[in-house]
Amino acid sequence: MSIDTATAARVAKLARIRVDDDALPALAGEFNTILGFIEQLSEVDVDGVEPMVSVTPMRLKRRDDTVTDGGDAGSVLSNAPDAREGFYAVPKVVE
Amino acid sequence: MSDLTSMTVAAARDALRAGKVTSAELTEACLSAIEGASALNAFVHRTPERAQEMAAEADKRIRSGDAPALCGIPMGIKDLFCTKGVPSQAASRILENFVPEYESTVTQQLFDAGAVMLGKLNMDEFAMGSSNETSVYGNAVNPWRRGNEATELTPGGSSGGSASAVAAGLCLAATGTDTGGSIRQPAAFTGITGIKPTYGRCSRWGIVAFASSLDQAGPMTRDVRDAAIVLQAMCGHDPKDSTSADLPVPDFEAMLTGDIRGKTIGIPREYRMDGMPEEIEALWAEGRRMLEDAGARIVDISLPHTKYALPCYYVIAPAEASSNLARYDGVRYGHRAKLAQGDGIVEMYEKTRAEGFGPEVQRRVMVGTYVLSAGFYDAYYNRARKVRTLIKKDFEDAFAEGVDAILTPATPSAAFGLGEMTEADPVAMYLNDVFTVTVNLAGLPGISVPAGQDRSGLPLGLQLIGRPWEEGDLLNTAYALERAAGFTARPEKWW
Repeated sequence: MSIDTATAARVAKLARIRVDDDALPALAGEFNTILGFIEQLSEVDVDGVEPMVSVTPMRLKRRDDTVTDGGDAGSVLSNAPDAREGFYAVPKVVE
Repeated sequence: MSDLTSMTVAAARDALRAGKVTSAELTEACLSAIEGASALNAFVHRTPERAQEMAAEADKRIRSGDAPALCGIPMGIKDLFCTKGVPSQAASRILENFVPEYESTVTQQLFDAGAVMLGKLNMDEFAMGSSNETSVYGNAVNPWRRGNEATELTPGGSSGGSASAVAAGLCLAATGTDTGGSIRQPAAFTGITGIKPTYGRCSRWGIVAFASSLDQAGPMTRDVRDAAIVLQAMCGHDPKDSTSADLPVPDFEAMLTGDIRGKTIGIPREYRMDGMPEEIEALWAEGRRMLEDAGARIVDISLPHTKYALPCYYVIAPAEASSNLARYDGVRYGHRAKLAQGDGIVEMYEKTRAEGFGPEVQRRVMVGTYVLSAGFYDAYYNRARKVRTLIKKDFEDAFAEGVDAILTPATPSAAFGLGEMTEADPVAMYLNDVFTVTVNLAGLPGISVPAGQDRSGLPLGLQLIGRPWEEGDLLNTAYALERAAGFTARPEKWW
């Protein structure tokens, strides 16, 4: 399995991280090193093995589906890079 | 290290209760030690005024006879913990100027127990690293040196600032977090004790998430007794973390008898690696002998899937990280990139994340994205989850045969020089966690205890791995090992 620059560009796009074109070959090279390392897992016989879901078997706690917290718009928005009139502000999404 | 700042938590607790010292005095001593230790770059957000207020409050409590174990003890907090009103940025540019409106459960519990916060500690960005070299604050530096050499050494990572601060006497104890070895490896590199409890022991609420199925908080301290005392205050069920265990927390300190007669200690043959330095091999053999002398039965065991732990980790951890770190989008908190004319929302995400994340974090987020992407999910992610099941089963089999704890080296080497690994590929750095990462994958408790020094005088650690939820028993075995090893060396002050 070898990653080319087109695949590297596609992964960067999926991850929403801007990578300049001239940085793609180096990035693809690093991916290949890491994936080559991960490739060892294909030696393991995993037939009939359940994929792990939870490392400590426990039943998730249940609680009543009621509001337990809230009404803190001020605190919630206090760290926003841009907030107006009680909302987060972002660049135009829909034309 | 002044007399006050070199105290253990236990000794300080006793002195505080006996009225021989005040928290104000202890706190002042730590603050002045921090002031003089900028060269270590351990404390990255200092909170001296808040510390003084908390110390005054603690002194009042002690005088009134209400003095829980940590009352008045000055501590450092890893930057990964959200602390209300105090910058908490996981050593990342993307959380620049982020000031939480809430307190993490673990720090809240420490403060309820009377602990005094001196400030926030350096770490690898988002806890991704083994040398504290990926931090936006720059490297934390190990107070230990190779003999008289001036080469700056890594304190390990990701809890590098915590390790450096405790070893250098800037605080009496610190919090760390451990996803693949981030408490135990830096503890070993700096001659201190660090325990990662069983997954679910400490609430993860309010701790910046890296890989949620692996992350656990734990204490970094000068000795095993202190680890027991601080861990006690950090543990417990929290309704705000659905994976936190609703189990009683025993009195860990009371379990430190040092009596391990009749205990069975396993030595896993797969941890004997090719090219392992002789000193590590010798230390491991020495540890085996010490536990045997203390009355334990030593058995050789096999953990056959050990070799696959690191590759398994480097699928699961990046996969979870890519999901957890999707929240850093420049909308709700932290850094947002300056946009050009005509840039839309996607450009905002992409530029923000390119500017905000450092190279190692970007790499892991993208690897995680890749192994979870359509067509590769089964081949990589699901396969890794199956291998993880097998790794956990290896330990279960050993415990089923009567093994109480497993003894291994903590790290494959002593602390290395800052910058020495820059030229190596990322995988070479990942190998630092070869002995610790299995423990996270299996959700088990693991502790690193300083047990010797290499020929240049650098500390080396041994790791003990325990049964799930049996931190008390594990701490007791570690206590026996600590007493036998008699490690008392301290770094000579150069900073």
